[in-house]
Amino acid sequence: MSRLLKIDSLQTHFFSAAGVVKAVDGISFDVNQGETMAIVGESGCGKSVSALSILRLVADPPGRIIGGSIRFQDRDLLKLSDEEIREVRGKDIAMVFQEPMTSLNPVLTIGRQLTETMEQHLDMTRGQAVARAIELLGMVGISDPERRLRQYPHHFSGGMRQRVMIAMALCCEPKLIIADEPTTALDVTVQAQILELMKDLTQRLGVALIIITHNLGIVARYADRVNVMYAGRIIESGTAHDIYHHPHHPYTLALLRSVPRMDQPRRARLDPVQGQPPDLSRLGVGCSFQPRCGFAIARCASQSPPLERIDGGDHLAACFEAHSVAESMARSS
Amino acid sequence: MTPMEPTGAVRQSAEAAVQASIVVPDVALEHRRQSERRVALAPELVTIRNLKMHFPVIEGALFSKEVARVKAVDGINLTIRKGETLGLVGESGCGKTTTGRCILRLEHPTGGEILFDGKNLVDLDQKSMRALRQKIQVIFQDPYSSLNPRMKIGEIISEPMKVHGTEPNKAARDARVAELLRLCGLDPKFADRYPHEMSGGQRQRVGIARALSVRPEFIICDEAISALDVSIQAQIINLLEDLRDQFGLTYLFIAHDLSVVRHLCHRVAVMYLGKIVELADCDELYGNPLHPYTQALLAAVPVPDPDLERARAHRIVKGEVPSPMNPPRGCVFHPRCPLAVDSCAKIVPEFRELRPGHWVACSVI
Repeated sequence: MSRLLKIDSLQTHFFSAAGVVKAVDGISFDVNQGETMAIVGESGCGKSVSALSILRLVADPPGRIIGGSIRFQDRDLLKLSDEEIREVRGKDIAMVFQEPMTSLNPVLTIGRQLTETMEQHLDMTRGQAVARAIELLGMVGISDPERRLRQYPHHFSGGMRQRVMIAMALCCEPKLIIADEPTTALDVTVQAQILELMKDLTQRLGVALIIITHNLGIVARYADRVNVMYAGRIIESGTAHDIYHHPHHPYTLALLRSVPRMDQPRRARLDPVQGQPPDLSRLGVGCSFQPRCGFAIARCASQSPPLERIDGGDHLAACFEAHSVAESMARSS
Repeated sequence: MTPMEPTGAVRQSAEAAVQASIVVPDVALEHRRQSERRVALAPELVTIRNLKMHFPVIEGALFSKEVARVKAVDGINLTIRKGETLGLVGESGCGKTTTGRCILRLEHPTGGEILFDGKNLVDLDQKSMRALRQKIQVIFQDPYSSLNPRMKIGEIISEPMKVHGTEPNKAARDARVAELLRLCGLDPKFADRYPHEMSGGQRQRVGIARALSVRPEFIICDEAISALDVSIQAQIINLLEDLRDQFGLTYLFIAHDLSVVRHLCHRVAVMYLGKIVELADCDELYGNPLHPYTQALLAAVPVPDPDLERARAHRIVKGEVPSPMNPPRGCVFHPRCPLAVDSCAKIVPEFRELRPGHWVACSVI
């Protein structure tokens, strides 16, 4: 598999009157062709901002990408002109957002929203674009596509709108789709339909997928590789199997232990992550998880642990006590 | 009603895994099972009979007329026992929140009755209902919009006490606020702060303290943890459980997260398009779901284990929930049902007790 996207030490900060919010603070990861990579984390951990940074969609001001590089194929996206990055958006890299209600234009027909992108990026005539739009709507499971093309977003249910968003993402045959919480606003039975559709289409068309979510179950089912984020940094990275069965970071372990699980017998009590999520404008020098961590040692308060390889493999964790965490997991399972 | 032996495949494999790994019996879990058996014999606190809530759809400004009706809740029957936590699950628009609002009399039901401690809430006048609301409190989903941003936390928590006159003097109210904050895991100093100074989890603790301030018997938790982060959800779930045990509270736990409901509830009712399609003890419902909709719901929840999750067969139910304005004839689930036969489109299935304590509305199974 060849490398499609390589992000290196990306830093996106927000400058507000109250101080600097380090939303993304030095993250690095790769995405290979055709692979599904997940970014997991809780609200405010920087997962959406990292996705928006890839397409340079962070509003400036207050946000600014202040460091790092984003290499897509052989170009650094951060060095492109505004016009060049517009060419990349929607064509090479497409995005599916969380809110299908607000991310479609309410005053344009579904057909127009689909054909506009294709006419823009692929130099198609109106007729060619309409034919392709009909084909795409059929592909994402919308019945009677000729009639549906002439309708407006409010005629569509939430699940159907998300299908339209996926059709729009696919229309220029992108190499990479970034899906930011694509099913969070949907009901659980519809969520399953949309995720299966995305998995199926990306596999069939060889498109790489970055899926951003807080749902550990979705990640377990769909992701080849997983990056866990906390307070603007990647704190653990590895295959889905590594992350779920051999976590080496206390936050990953705590997250897995805190959720009630249908695949395990009922527990008398849950094991929550203690404390509150950090304030990103007031991070100290040490590890940002240290105030909530049961494994913390003296060093954690003064030094921030780097993301390092575990046993020389592709599994990385940012914790001084990574091996104690792994032992604790091994003991409990 | 005794808890049934679980028979579902997920449960069996899970139990096999447990037998292999855990030797020590879980004392706390046994304690919990005992409390479940006790609850099953407790007297009924809330009884809902044939509850209907139809909202008229009105068109025209001058000569307005009713053109349709949204049948948000369409004839449901439920009982909630003292000390019990009843889970009410279903997808958006199934009527679970409307059911809660009817019990609180925030809506005036179209038909049916709601008995609370023997009194029919549907017939009560405003004044008697206000008195009764002291016993029935609610915790809302969104901790951001359910607290008044201009009020201090202490004022928010003491307001119900003022309204109901439970603590007539200010010193007593302040002492109670401090006690409630401590009870909900917050520093009493928070009384002087405003909601915007707190995180989502802390605000939800304030919402819980407010509900508890007038010593209610029954609390409706309407998606009370859905808006919270994963790491905070477990904290709030544990808090709700502790409070239930400490004060003998009864909960109606309205939620869409099936794993949370399984953890917290004694019995679970599954709603679809204004009707209850299945009702059973928690272990029975998750171990042996009978209604095709319940089966589809459970199958659609991904579990956080990549090996198990990828090995699992995924039978995904087709289509989406139809509009409650124009629900399907016969069984409301039949257009999406994998087991549907011709008669399902004509006959409304009866809500039957197929196994002891396990009720299902399906005429095929």
